[in-house]
Amino acid sequence: MDTVNLTIDNKPVVVKEGITILEAASGIGIDIPTLCHMKLDDLNIENKPGGCRICVVEVNGRRNLAPACCTNVHDGMEINTHSMRVINARRTVMELILSDHPFDCLICAKSGNCDLQDMAHKLGIREIRYKGEQSTYREDTSPAINREIDKCIMCRRCETMCNEVQTVGVLSAINRGFESVVSPAFEMNLDHSVCTYCGQCVAVCPTGALTEVDETGKVIRALSDPSKTVIVQTAPAVRAALGEEFDMEAGTLVTGKLVAALRRLGFDHIFDTDFAADLTIMEEGTELLNRLGKHLAGDKDVKLPILTSCCPAWVKFFEHQFPEMMDIPSTARSPQQMFGAIAKTYFADKLGIKREDLVVVSIMPCVAKKYECGRDEFKTNDNPDVDHAITTRELAALIKLSNIDFKSLPNEDFDNPLGESTGAAVIFGTTGGVIEAAVRTAYEVHTKKELPRLDFEELRGMEGIREATIDFDGLPIKIGIAHGLGNARKLLEDIQAGKSKFHAIEIMSCPGGCIGGGGQPYHHGNVEVLKKRQVAIYQEDKNKAIRKSHENPHIVKLYEEFLGEPMSEKAHHLLHTSYFDRT
Amino acid sequence: MAKIKTLADLRKIKEEAQSKIKLRENSDNPEQLIQIKVGMATCGIASGAKDTMKYLVEELEQEAIDAVVTQTGCMGYCYAEPTVEVTVPKKEPVVFGYVNKEKAREIIDMYIKRGELIDGIIPVNFKTIDE
Amino acid sequence: MTEYRMHLLICGGTGCKASESDEIKNRLNKFISDSGLQNDVQVVATGCFGFCEKGPIVKVLPDNTFYVEVKPGDAEEIIKEHVVKGRPVKRLLYTDPTTAKHISDSKGMDFYKKQIRIALKNCGFINPENIDEYIARNGYEAMGKCLTEMSPEDVIKEVKDSGLRGRGGGGFPTGLKWEITRNVENEQKYVVCNADEGDPGAFMDRSILEGDPHSVIEAMAICGYCIGADKGLVYIRAEYPLAIQRLKIAIKQAEEYGLIGDNILGTGFNFNLELRYGAGAFVCGEETALIHSMEGLRGEPTFKPPFPSVSGYMGKPTNVNNVETFANIPVIINKGATWFSNIGSDKSKGTKVFALAGKINNVGLIEVPMGTTLREVIYDIGGGIKDGKAFKAVQTGGPSGGCLTKDMLDIPIDYDNLLASGSMMGSGGMIVMDEDDCMVSIAKFYLEFTLEESCGKCTPCRVGNKRLHEILEKITEGKGEEEDIERLNELSMVIKDTALCGLGQTSPNPVLSTILNFGEEYKAHVIDGKCPAGQCKSLLRYDIVEDVCTGCTLCFRNCPVGAISGERRKPHYIDQSLCIKCGVCFDKCKFNAITLT
Repeated sequence: MDTVNLTIDNKPVVVKEGITILEAASGIGIDIPTLCHMKLDDLNIENKPGGCRICVVEVNGRRNLAPACCTNVHDGMEINTHSMRVINARRTVMELILSDHPFDCLICAKSGNCDLQDMAHKLGIREIRYKGEQSTYREDTSPAINREIDKCIMCRRCETMCNEVQTVGVLSAINRGFESVVSPAFEMNLDHSVCTYCGQCVAVCPTGALTEVDETGKVIRALSDPSKTVIVQTAPAVRAALGEEFDMEAGTLVTGKLVAALRRLGFDHIFDTDFAADLTIMEEGTELLNRLGKHLAGDKDVKLPILTSCCPAWVKFFEHQFPEMMDIPSTARSPQQMFGAIAKTYFADKLGIKREDLVVVSIMPCVAKKYECGRDEFKTNDNPDVDHAITTRELAALIKLSNIDFKSLPNEDFDNPLGESTGAAVIFGTTGGVIEAAVRTAYEVHTKKELPRLDFEELRGMEGIREATIDFDGLPIKIGIAHGLGNARKLLEDIQAGKSKFHAIEIMSCPGGCIGGGGQPYHHGNVEVLKKRQVAIYQEDKNKAIRKSHENPHIVKLYEEFLGEPMSEKAHHLLHTSYFDRT
Repeated sequence: MAKIKTLADLRKIKEEAQSKIKLRENSDNPEQLIQIKVGMATCGIASGAKDTMKYLVEELEQEAIDAVVTQTGCMGYCYAEPTVEVTVPKKEPVVFGYVNKEKAREIIDMYIKRGELIDGIIPVNFKTIDE
Repeated sequence: MTEYRMHLLICGGTGCKASESDEIKNRLNKFISDSGLQNDVQVVATGCFGFCEKGPIVKVLPDNTFYVEVKPGDAEEIIKEHVVKGRPVKRLLYTDPTTAKHISDSKGMDFYKKQIRIALKNCGFINPENIDEYIARNGYEAMGKCLTEMSPEDVIKEVKDSGLRGRGGGGFPTGLKWEITRNVENEQKYVVCNADEGDPGAFMDRSILEGDPHSVIEAMAICGYCIGADKGLVYIRAEYPLAIQRLKIAIKQAEEYGLIGDNILGTGFNFNLELRYGAGAFVCGEETALIHSMEGLRGEPTFKPPFPSVSGYMGKPTNVNNVETFANIPVIINKGATWFSNIGSDKSKGTKVFALAGKINNVGLIEVPMGTTLREVIYDIGGGIKDGKAFKAVQTGGPSGGCLTKDMLDIPIDYDNLLASGSMMGSGGMIVMDEDDCMVSIAKFYLEFTLEESCGKCTPCRVGNKRLHEILEKITEGKGEEEDIERLNELSMVIKDTALCGLGQTSPNPVLSTILNFGEEYKAHVIDGKCPAGQCKSLLRYDIVEDVCTGCTLCFRNCPVGAISGERRKPHYIDQSLCIKCGVCFDKCKFNAITLT
């Protein structure tokens, strides 16, 4: 690789050719401020419009200032990142951004987590010399995402996520000049668009322009209603990320403290979505084996590959984009909805209360879950199986609001019966986890033999599309994995073209899977955070005594007492669903 | 339209087409060409200027002499109609009187082709002006 | 084959068509057949003659009579008097404003005397809808010469030697651009013609496409041969329907002749052309934005590098040149680089087309050698300032250019001189201002334009220009403070320094150049509260001089807002809080009793 010599702030440095000034500077500890730029290395995600102009630097001999994020280094470059000209320009640009941004930091949902606020502080902005008209737009709310685009600074990160990464194509820049803003086409409402509510726009928004719909108020109201029994389920990815909200190192597992906090918040029973994840494996794994069995028996009509269906954004995505392929995904409901269905029947019966008096709250790494629990097919007599879905971030806010010192909490255990889970369920929280869990069970059910190993490294990682062949005792099962809807689209197009070689495919909408969900603590563009969460998830799996879903004793009991067997009529009624053409 | 398959084809079409706009080309660079003005006011027309003009145009065309033949108003020599003013590049204009077909033939052969002066020149003591 | 003895050329450009040139043409034809002259006289609709101030224009050949401001009703007289009887219709001739004499031959007109027409050589001369007329004027000869006698390197060398620079604004050397694109290896490359002319008042590209579309087609094919592209795209704004129509006809005719398409002139070279329509966004004249627009994306610029020559349309190497640049190419090939480079100034070769507009007598399209002075253009060709007013400034380079003062009138116009004097060549818009123009308002006007046309991508252009505009608005409303001038300067400098593309980087130019050259006018606004040009209404004050007012009540009766009061035969008064400064009272008063300060 060719190298180039240059100086940055008078420091000589030798770097490889083709990298940017920003990268070269960061290599020698010079932290050039950026606002619109975002790069998630291992996920192949980059937003580099060169639009905010915060990262400008002075390059000797150049007429104007150069944006460090998109200017490549070349030999002999002399760069100054903090000359008076640069600082003046950077501050002026920042003042301009702020001059068109609402001044409601004190009451903004993003306060304390806002990249714009941090940058204003870093640049030491104390007054705004250029005051004037501020752009105003209509606020837009949807079942999952709020858009308050007065606060949009045109960084275009959401647009990159929505278009390049997710290929959903809802958000893009509209209007010209001062009126430019990122919005759905024709400024339509998000809930009229093909938005999947994956929440990746929310995950990367540097300001409060895009946020989740806040449901903490509803949860507080339910908890204070003496006539209600309020139970909570918590998704696997939450335990690997919640600690970050309390200044704990990324990747710290806080399962025990999470349970303790939920108990202190006043939930009557603290359950685990992991239990329902095990249940999902029973149903989905059985469905896979059924289809596979028919296929092996020569049935030409059977739909293969089977696609996982636990991600609500993914479900909405194919309902909009590939309606002709709705018979390919598994019919199994997501763990959140399986939990709700069992809670409001089996568990309500056990407590001897009416479903209306049982409130199910879920803690999710996801904003699409808010939308999912509102879908009509998941309601009985207008009473939803899951009443409120709140994100990891909202839970953190509730804990802070309730004066709980999270860090000093003891480790506590989930309640039974819906709190017992296996390692297979935990790994639902990362890309590749669902299919690995399914393999662990399907292998043993199919071969009637014990798995020689439990860790399928070939299914793990951060590559956007992965594939592996698992030997089911002589039967090679070809597995595909995609995370990020753009990657999912590629595999779907292969299926459409009849080119897919897979038997089963796992799809997660968010890059990294649920650990990178739109409801997780903000990663602020640092991909290491996601990688550490992934490590934590696999660690939790290792720590579990039972690591195969079909060995979960409470799952076994649930089938004996209530459901009969996987894919039974009752299971079908409570645990499976159907899809709708949304085109 | 037939396809133009070679550069030679193109040049052939050019030649044909050029003849159609030659008049425009010529009038764009009149100072480099022989300019002939035929007096075509009432007096001129009455004396047969139309025929003279037609004859000049056709003959010059025939002999491939690049000349601009235009009509002009009365030149003031009504007694000598039809009158024709001939300007050969870099020479002073010369006005001929009583130009019938025969005289026109003579102007072409003697004056235009060989530069020899012939009878019938009206002494010029004015310049064509546009006011 | 009919040999017409007389040709009547009538302008068929957009401007003259709007003044009924189609109807004039129909009537001319009618009276020609009425006189039985249909085999002797031909009427030809051509492209723009350039002298738009006096359009529609009818030129009678061979005697070169140039009729101006012709109306359909004049057709009969032209035919019956001029064509039949040889008597020019004097009242339709151009009158020289200084000598007050009729000028019959356009060559004798000052407007044309100093022009050299290269890019416009066929405009107003040939019928743009007839490929044969183009071929007759050496059309496609240059392409033929390139394909059969010259290697792509030879052609590029010729273009480089000619010194031709991009006519779209930047002035980048055209040959060098071609060479760079040629040297990028890729199986698929593209030639793009930028016909997204967006400067206010500029219409040279439109006129070339309307008047001589084949010159652009031919040049694009030559460019394709040089860089190794078999596909050309013309990005043209949908607001140019006539240019689009003429271009379509031209492409069809060239295809029918096989002059574009596969195996052109038997050389094995293939070149196909397509049109792409823009929605008329100014920023789409920026080449990366233009390419994104053609790709179906939002028309906004992206950071360069990569330059289009490396990664352009669909990620393939793409050479983008503007219409006028292309129109120069065939002439350069036919007449040679030396011929071309002998025209013009030291570093700017050839000619430049300018669209003269504003407070000038001869509004129109002109083509002059580089190095012609502003004075020659404005006074000799443009005929000076309208209504005998004093010249104040000339804005070159469109909304991104600067305003030059009367001290700069003797600057020879070329890329470098204009830049050095704080303006730019741009695409050749030239707007003349007189003593009645307020330079603060002019700066505001241009900023309004860039503000609306900004793509909104980068902060300095999206927000910075808005703030500049707000400050200017404040000043013209009489609410400016002295510090505002410094604020304008500072913000302008940062915008120039940090904006993403050429539009943003140059958008403060009108502000900076007016502050530099007309600083006193700014000061008059913010310190004295006066607009010297009397344009900023908020800074005007109408008063009635008591001693002079006769109490005739005329002003009182005409005031639209009831701001004037007073008894009959007694002095009247203006209530300043109600006055909207419309000036009606001032105009109506018969006794000069109303003052404007």
